[in-house]
Amino acid sequence: MNRQNSAGADHFGPIFGVFLVFLVVVSSWLFIQRRWWMPRVASVHGIDIDRVFLITLAISGALFIILQGSLAYLAFRYGNARSERPKYSVRPKLEKRFALIAGIIIFGIDVTLFALGDSNWFKAWGPPPADTPVVEVMAEQFAWNFRYAGPDGVFGTTDPTLISSTNPFGLDKTDPAAVDDILSINQLHLPEGKPIRLRIRSHDVIHSFFLPYQRIKQDAVPGMQIELWFIPSRAGQYDIACSQLCGLGHYRMRAQLTVEPQDAFETWLRLAGQS
Amino acid sequence: MPVLENATDIHQHKLGFIRKYIFSTDHKIVGLQYFFTAFLMAIFGGLLSMLMRLQLGWPSHVWPGLAKLFPVGMNGGVMAPEFYLSLQTMHGTIMAIFVLTALFTGGFGNYLIPLQIGARDMAFPVLNMLSFWVYLLSCATILLAFFVEGGAPISGWTAYAPLSAVAEAGPGQGAGQTIWIIAIALFTVSSMMGVLNYITTILQARTKGMWMKRLPLNIWGMLSSSLISILVFPVLLGAGVLLLADRIAGTSFFVPGGLVLGDKLISHSGGHPLLWQHLFWFFGHPEVYIVIVPAMGIAAEILATFIRKPIFGYKIMAGCWIAIAGLSLIVWGHHMFVSGMNPLLGGVFALTTLLITIPSAILVLCWVVSLWGARIEFASPMLFALGFISLFVTGGLGGFFLGSAWTDIPLHNTYFVVGHFHLTMAVSPLFAAFAAVYYWFPRMFGRMMSERLARIHFWITITGAYAVFLTMHVLGIAGMIRHSYDPTQYDFLKHLQPLNVFVSYAAFALASAQLIFIFNFIWSLFRGPEAMKNPWKANTLEWTAPAPIPHGNWNGPLPTVHRWPYDYALTDAPDAYLPQNAPAGHVGRSASAIARGIE
Repeated sequence: MNRQNSAGADHFGPIFGVFLVFLVVVSSWLFIQRRWWMPRVASVHGIDIDRVFLITLAISGALFIILQGSLAYLAFRYGNARSERPKYSVRPKLEKRFALIAGIIIFGIDVTLFALGDSNWFKAWGPPPADTPVVEVMAEQFAWNFRYAGPDGVFGTTDPTLISSTNPFGLDKTDPAAVDDILSINQLHLPEGKPIRLRIRSHDVIHSFFLPYQRIKQDAVPGMQIELWFIPSRAGQYDIACSQLCGLGHYRMRAQLTVEPQDAFETWLRLAGQS
Repeated sequence: MPVLENATDIHQHKLGFIRKYIFSTDHKIVGLQYFFTAFLMAIFGGLLSMLMRLQLGWPSHVWPGLAKLFPVGMNGGVMAPEFYLSLQTMHGTIMAIFVLTALFTGGFGNYLIPLQIGARDMAFPVLNMLSFWVYLLSCATILLAFFVEGGAPISGWTAYAPLSAVAEAGPGQGAGQTIWIIAIALFTVSSMMGVLNYITTILQARTKGMWMKRLPLNIWGMLSSSLISILVFPVLLGAGVLLLADRIAGTSFFVPGGLVLGDKLISHSGGHPLLWQHLFWFFGHPEVYIVIVPAMGIAAEILATFIRKPIFGYKIMAGCWIAIAGLSLIVWGHHMFVSGMNPLLGGVFALTTLLITIPSAILVLCWVVSLWGARIEFASPMLFALGFISLFVTGGLGGFFLGSAWTDIPLHNTYFVVGHFHLTMAVSPLFAAFAAVYYWFPRMFGRMMSERLARIHFWITITGAYAVFLTMHVLGIAGMIRHSYDPTQYDFLKHLQPLNVFVSYAAFALASAQLIFIFNFIWSLFRGPEAMKNPWKANTLEWTAPAPIPHGNWNGPLPTVHRWPYDYALTDAPDAYLPQNAPAGHVGRSASAIARGIE
């Protein structure tokens, strides 16, 4: 080789190949180990998210190994001094056929993932079972406020002009329906195994209501009222996090979710209503 | 192109130092000005991320030395949350826009487009000069945000309203955010002046015989990227103007009624926060392709030289980039799956997003297949080009998870996203940029860079990049939230701290390795061995210009092009190559090339 500066690079093909093999081994371990992994799922739809996630992981993992592996093999095979002189070959028809077949395979993977994802997505956004109770969520810098309708099952009217640090929902206390509304700051209690509707709002900037164990994430957008429903399936205490940058206290906008059997939930609700 | 031909005469007269190197209309000088400015901004943006890693690895640790450096942001040696968020905002803004967007089309594009298509200069040289100076002004403006009352903005590079629209929303959201908007607007103006020029030049100023199907792949990348830019940057400019109006003129485009911040009712009403997100991401997602497509072009160009045989799928690649340019305009909604946007729309955006994997995957496969039967030469540009492919594959696969609305739910706004976009639109493009510097340095400065240092740089950088950003994917799967000043606040994230420490150390190593590059660059600029005229034996026209390249690029007539740029391995000679301008009927005109209509 009489090219400047490339003398002595003949062993780089094998080195590059070995590097990629090493990469594949380490990353495979990284995505198989379970020490740093998803929080243990605690909702009904969350099981479906995890299943589709693992299918996607299997497909992309296989593609990762195939592509990095091919790169490693080709670098190893054609990247040393012993490789023969390359042949001149330009084959537009072959190229087109190749692109077509590759495109069809990728399209097939896309459609599979799309169908898997969207079927579950629309199911989750479908109507909740009849008589599913509602809990209102009001996000603010930097706290989560929750409101239950109370014994009458009706939420009192609210008005933004009444919102203050002591009245995050802007509850109109002159409304008879407002009297028995139950408010709670940073503590959300839900009955285990029962569907629940969350009506999510914010009165300042955008926040995001994130239940890592329940696989719930929904932005709280001022001016909007976004409703979703899900079934918490496992009793326990869980973190509620804010996952949308909302200001300097974003990192500590933390609340707690307690999922408990129906009677324990009712006891808590009664006590919360008295205080 | 008679106008540009005649320009030779104009360029012959002597120019003073200031007209030649400062207020220059020569595309090569403008390109280098862009390059060096982006380079300095990259060093600055990189240092910001090091401070962030310090906080994430060791939350609330006391660093007495840093207290002296940042008396406000790190008062007492502990980083303030708002300072952390301003670092994050400025790191993202500077790197995505002021570095990567400027570096590829502005830096390499400016330098290479006229040289590779056989033109004397850009179609509009004065506009080109103006583009750089407005870019420089925008860089100065964005840096100014650190020095105003309240400091730099804290709303992230996406500047979601109302956080970005209302000064009461937090420190930095006053003057800092206003300056941020002005800087972005200036950059947009500069970018539009630039890309208009690149598109016109590529379409109108090609030399004789440089048909579209003979353009180097690098030019196809530049063209596709510029086409996306000219379609989406005006939208960003418009959105920025509206946001500015919300802030200073009392309008309510993005701010709804009934907003209460700290017991204060905000007087805005009637706007919608999601409108900003739609406008921003209509720019923001194509922005990713504005960066990655020219990076792909560079990688393909360099790959083509070092496999020493015709690249596989020339027309396919060009088609894929144009397809990406088109599809990039209809995928932005995948950033908004959990934003409160209608779920039906989310379901549709999932499909368009997954479709864009098709051209991306075909490109990758063309590069991989190109290695088949090659004799790969592992010079430093090629190492980085191969590193680019490996990193882009890894990063791209994360798109399968984030592009589907269903699997995006737990991963949205976690470190999975951070790892994914860094691999695809930050580290891969940087690898292409490094490849480009090592490859075109001899053309730009007449000297070679140290190959030994380049290799050390490569191995540390690729190992570091994978250690940092692949690990971030796992952090995200475990739920670690983005924009978080202190993830240990949450019980479910506490056990991840060892990984965060690991990522921090890896990031420091990755950043330190760049010192090798900087040293190599500066040292080679003055002490590097003198380069041969065409050290890589490449076919493209830039290597046919005299050294040093005069204003006007070629003394005498412009080169005439007789073939596509990838006629390698035509003869039995080792490293056989055939420049695009070698006369027709030259040795080894191959039957298949004729059949293909290339010659």
